[in-house]
Amino acid sequence: MAPRLKLFAPLLLFAVLALFLFRGLELDPQALPSALIDRPLPEFTLPGLGEERDITRGDLLGEAALLNVWATWCVSCRVEHPYLKQLAERGVVIYGINYKDEDADALRWLQELGDPYRANVVDRDGTLGIDLGVYGAPETYLVDAQGIIRYRHVGVVDERVWQTILQPLYQELEPGGGG
Amino acid sequence: MIPEIGHFALIIGLCLALFLAVVPAWGAWRRDPVAMGVAPSLAVGMLVFVGISFACLCIAFLQDDFSVKVTAANSNSLLPPIYKFSAVWGNHEGSLLLWALILCVWTAAVALLSPQLPLLVLSRVLAVMGAIAVGFMSFSLFTSNPFERLLPGMPADGSDLNPLLQDPGLIIHPPLLYMGYVGFSVAFAFAIAALLGGRLDASWARWSRPWTNVAWGFLSLGIMLGSWWAYYELGWGGWWFWDPVENASFMPWLAGTALIHSLAATEKRGVFKSWTVLLAIFAFSLSLLGTFMVRSGVLTSVHAFATDPARGMFILLFLAFVVGGSLTLYALRAPAVSSRVGFAWVSRESLVLVNNVVFLVATLTVLFGTLFPLFMDALGQGKYSVGPPYFNAVFVPLMALLVPFMGLAPMSRWKRDDTARWRAELAVPAVLAVLCAVTLPLVQAEYNLWVALAVLLAAWLVVGLVRDFWYRVRGSRSVSRAMRRLTPSYLGMVLAHLGFAACIIGVVATSQYSIERDLKMSPGDSEQLAGYTFTFRELAPVRGPNFVADEARIAVTRDGEPVADLAPQKRRYLASGSVMTEAAIDPGLFRDLYVAMGEPIGEGGAWAIRLHYKPMVRWMWLGAILMGMGAFTTALDKRYRRQRKAARSHATEALHGA
Repeated sequence: MAPRLKLFAPLLLFAVLALFLFRGLELDPQALPSALIDRPLPEFTLPGLGEERDITRGDLLGEAALLNVWATWCVSCRVEHPYLKQLAERGVVIYGINYKDEDADALRWLQELGDPYRANVVDRDGTLGIDLGVYGAPETYLVDAQGIIRYRHVGVVDERVWQTILQPLYQELEPGGGG
Repeated sequence: MIPEIGHFALIIGLCLALFLAVVPAWGAWRRDPVAMGVAPSLAVGMLVFVGISFACLCIAFLQDDFSVKVTAANSNSLLPPIYKFSAVWGNHEGSLLLWALILCVWTAAVALLSPQLPLLVLSRVLAVMGAIAVGFMSFSLFTSNPFERLLPGMPADGSDLNPLLQDPGLIIHPPLLYMGYVGFSVAFAFAIAALLGGRLDASWARWSRPWTNVAWGFLSLGIMLGSWWAYYELGWGGWWFWDPVENASFMPWLAGTALIHSLAATEKRGVFKSWTVLLAIFAFSLSLLGTFMVRSGVLTSVHAFATDPARGMFILLFLAFVVGGSLTLYALRAPAVSSRVGFAWVSRESLVLVNNVVFLVATLTVLFGTLFPLFMDALGQGKYSVGPPYFNAVFVPLMALLVPFMGLAPMSRWKRDDTARWRAELAVPAVLAVLCAVTLPLVQAEYNLWVALAVLLAAWLVVGLVRDFWYRVRGSRSVSRAMRRLTPSYLGMVLAHLGFAACIIGVVATSQYSIERDLKMSPGDSEQLAGYTFTFRELAPVRGPNFVADEARIAVTRDGEPVADLAPQKRRYLASGSVMTEAAIDPGLFRDLYVAMGEPIGEGGAWAIRLHYKPMVRWMWLGAILMGMGAFTTALDKRYRRQRKAARSHATEALHGA
């Protein structure tokens, strides 16, 4: 390569990067691939956290529920955790997906910080996460009694998110629930 | 009225910036001394008007003028005045104005403090900075006007500053960080001026070195403050999360670290010229990229600002213009042939090269990890997140690889050195470092290999530095005479490298030895942690200026001796209703005791309480402070002042000659 041409390499790399950034502007990192909203929860059979038996999709059905993706390595999950406990105390059904985590760490976390979950699915390799299109923890799905995904929230669920977004949807699915 | 004055002043600032970008550049092209000569006054004028604009925004916040949109959204009449002031930059619009103001401060500083610069170079440098200022001021005025009014329909009170930001650390964190970020624009402007002039010699490296070092020092301190804030304010004792916004500030720091070393080699030996120019462009481009990532919403992050696609598009176009333009200029003008100055493989130049390779790889690693979710999303491969495991797995070995060479560098010689000499000189430090690594971790009951490795690396640096220092000052009759032998450049390097060693120890010791327990405690309960007894004495309601809180009063004792009284709080802020954890910390050089309140459990007054024992966590922040101080020290070097005197007498001669 001629020496002068070599000097164009940084410019070329930057052009590629800029194209990606341009594309990135149109994408919403928080948006669910729309394919999954109002579609059934994917099938899965995964171990339950601290349980002998496996959990399948069928175990999660019957009531409208929140499906919370969490991990002990996730900063925001720690912030979110106390609020999930409040929701659980109010009677909201919450299932956990322990995402790419160590079982021992996860069990210790629940023991120390309290356990708002009805059950926890162990998604150690993130396979269920891939099917769901998990972007990162924490992430919370609202699933109805028939197992249809109604809403996906990326990020921490707090009082504001619950009151303004999730609760109205939840009460539509489960009248009288989540007082 | 005052917000309108601010708005108007910002418009005048933008006009001055336009003049600054165009007139001196035209003057430099036509060799017109009058057009070139207006550059410094335009730079100062720009600072004055943007300063007025910023002051007006501050007044709007301090006077609770809730007819201004950002004030209504980010302040509250109950907010303590100091936080009303820091709320000015606790939001997108205000922080962007701060960005512009700091850019003006740097531009005016270059204009006023550079009498040694030839007018031709100075006018080009200031024109480049003016062009950057045009970009940022129009960004502020056209997409995020901080003076926008809410009229009619002004709210009775503001909706308050995010309680996380109501903190002393956050008052100075953004200004320091921006001083660093924006400071790299000076190195960038010098690089562009050198490319435009077609003369890449040692002098441009000498001119831009003190500016680059100072900017890097500010950035080090800014990042340190951010980490410290996260540690005590987020309430669970973490200090670095590899969050996209943190990475946005860390990448320019990494590239800047490569730059300050490469600049040294270019100044002293005239090597790596094109490479150094590229690094200067790279460091500032990463600052701009960071701004893009934080303000465009392309990545999810805990501290991203409220975003808007128009803003993202604006910065992207600006980024394309600045980075694309400068890289094109680089491709066309940088010397394509390698410099004639040679150096042997065993030499200080090679060690600088190792530094550059390591830091560049580290920068690209962080860049790749940060943008990976975006790449995959754009390619239709689905949503991904990259977590700390990736960054730690790549970053930690890289830094460990760096340190052996880093210990060699201070005693190495430029151009050609000799491995036999290295072996002779470094036998003692090597033995001492191994001794330290074997013995020091024994202080703890359990021998920890990671800590031993960290001690080995840090001791290698420290002993090497101390030995080199001793060789330079020995034989001097008095302390003052010994100090006179050492240049500020050298002292700054020693400080910064010691700081790096302290960071290694702090990071590894606190990661390995920290103990944390989440407990249920009722008043009267006692718990043990790392030999300390924590007694929950009472729970008391407390009222602050704009919050109410539950305060747990906890007495800490060790072997019956009182150590500290800690009072963590759980606050509810009145305006927003948000609940915040305020941790209580007993700091110490060798350990922090850290208590945070979780949630109340049951009716009996019991609380979830989190106790942490964090050994040597302060060392990494002290290390960063040392690095910052070291960088500032180097800028005091007489070399830069002597230059000025010489230039002045030269100028006088020229005047008399004419």
